Amino acid sequence: MDEALLRGLTPSVLTVLVRRGADFAAAEDAVQDALVEAVRGWPDDPPRDPKGWLITVAWRKFLDATRADTARRRREDLVEEEPPPGPAPSADDTLQLYFLCAHPSLTPSSAVALTLRAVGGLTTRQIARAYLVPEATMAQRISRAKRTVSTVRFDRPGDVATVLRVLYLVFNEGYSGDVDLSAEAIRLTRQLAAAIDHPEVSGLLALMLLHHARRASRTAPDGSLVPLAEQDRRRWDTKSIAEGIGILQAALARDRLGEFQAQAAIAALHADAPTAEETDWVQIVEWYDELTRLTDSPVVRLNRAVAVGEADGPRAGLAALAELDDTLPRHTAAAAYLHERDGDPKTAARLYTEAAGRASNLAERDYLTRQAARLNALLRG
Amino acid sequence: MAKYLLLKHYRGAPSAVNDVPMDQWTPEEISAHVQYMNDFAARLEKTGEFVEGQALAPEGSWVRYDGEGRPPVTDGPFAETKDLIAGWMVIDVDSHERAVELAGELSAAPGAGGKPIHEWLELRPFLTAHPSGEECLGHG
Repeated sequence: MDEALLRGLTPSVLTVLVRRGADFAAAEDAVQDALVEAVRGWPDDPPRDPKGWLITVAWRKFLDATRADTARRRREDLVEEEPPPGPAPSADDTLQLYFLCAHPSLTPSSAVALTLRAVGGLTTRQIARAYLVPEATMAQRISRAKRTVSTVRFDRPGDVATVLRVLYLVFNEGYSGDVDLSAEAIRLTRQLAAAIDHPEVSGLLALMLLHHARRASRTAPDGSLVPLAEQDRRRWDTKSIAEGIGILQAALARDRLGEFQAQAAIAALHADAPTAEETDWVQIVEWYDELTRLTDSPVVRLNRAVAVGEADGPRAGLAALAELDDTLPRHTAAAAYLHERDGDPKTAARLYTEAAGRASNLAERDYLTRQAARLNALLRG
Repeated sequence: MAKYLLLKHYRGAPSAVNDVPMDQWTPEEISAHVQYMNDFAARLEKTGEFVEGQALAPEGSWVRYDGEGRPPVTDGPFAETKDLIAGWMVIDVDSHERAVELAGELSAAPGAGGKPIHEWLELRPFLTAHPSGEECLGHG
């Protein structure tokens, strides 16, 4: 059974229940129960109409749960009636579901968890494992999130930007537990792109595809980081790159630039270079200028300084870096890199050690420590 | 979405404001303290921020490898060890500010006289396994 296919049906099944009058929280529980039953039963006895099956079973679960809940008489009345046929769920319904799960009243971690469950069809256990927290904690996080959005009207248009931020957070989580969150984020962004015509949705999808295409080459067999310049470009996924570039070009042609399109353009320039030496750093700096204009984020300015170091030489890069707050994450690592390129291994080694102490993740810390060790060995002669 | 360790020390932390050792408290004060800690953990579970909590015995031993075919060497406990961990709680929160807020609440656990201990807790961020996907320094 194709689990992704099954989970792809989640949003439309859920919106059918909501359209029939179920409240969002109860409907979401019912769909989750139906998915669990499908995973158990379908391998032996696959239904002819998977979506119809899920709707029937989820609706029955909803009715069962509502009947059991005797305190809520009003819903009792509802369940005695035949389900109204309701309008067929459309792309708009799927879109509403994304808006609801990324509602601005939710914290980022709640929005991520709710999106993965209600839109992505993942189980609470899978989400808990992916984020390395106990299942009980994740269950509480999700039910709180559902309570928070329970008064939000389902037909109110939401903000695409908040949805994109949530999907980007999921993408950046990578691979953890038994769920490939990057692949899941791509699937959900693709589904969103089918529901709404928006250049930034395309921009994010292109960015994800281009970044994901390099995943196999990004880590060595021992798990250590391989920097872009040293990656084996033959291992890049050319199909994913071609798709990403195609989507990006169509988005850029519409002349409504946004930060995800600009980031995707930078990723595309990297993907386009046959070797690291042939990278078009001048154009990359121009895109960083656009990004600075769009977001004015210090992280973007830092990356821009590194790109300037490639385009105009390490001195220019160091000058750009000097204008930035040196407590920024990776500021010291960038300085170390540029000092080495500038022919100052002693300063570079010291800064690499310092940067390793400030790294926020193990892979990067180990990478930076190795750089320091390499230079120190060189200096000892 | 970042994990933090709240570390409680038997020894090695700066002095608390209400710095009366636990064996000088009344039994009721001890019960109130334990209740506060349990309630705190239960509340964090409800907010979806609890990962785990553990307490450690004050005394342990030191162990090290002693070469091929030889049993490990053990030593201690050393009474003079400056830093002694009493226990920890791991939380998963949306921001550093939230982690500080929660550590502050935990530090307010009641001690002698039923008053907050104002104990110093050490707050340490976890290193994640991998960088988040940002392009950086050509790492990406």
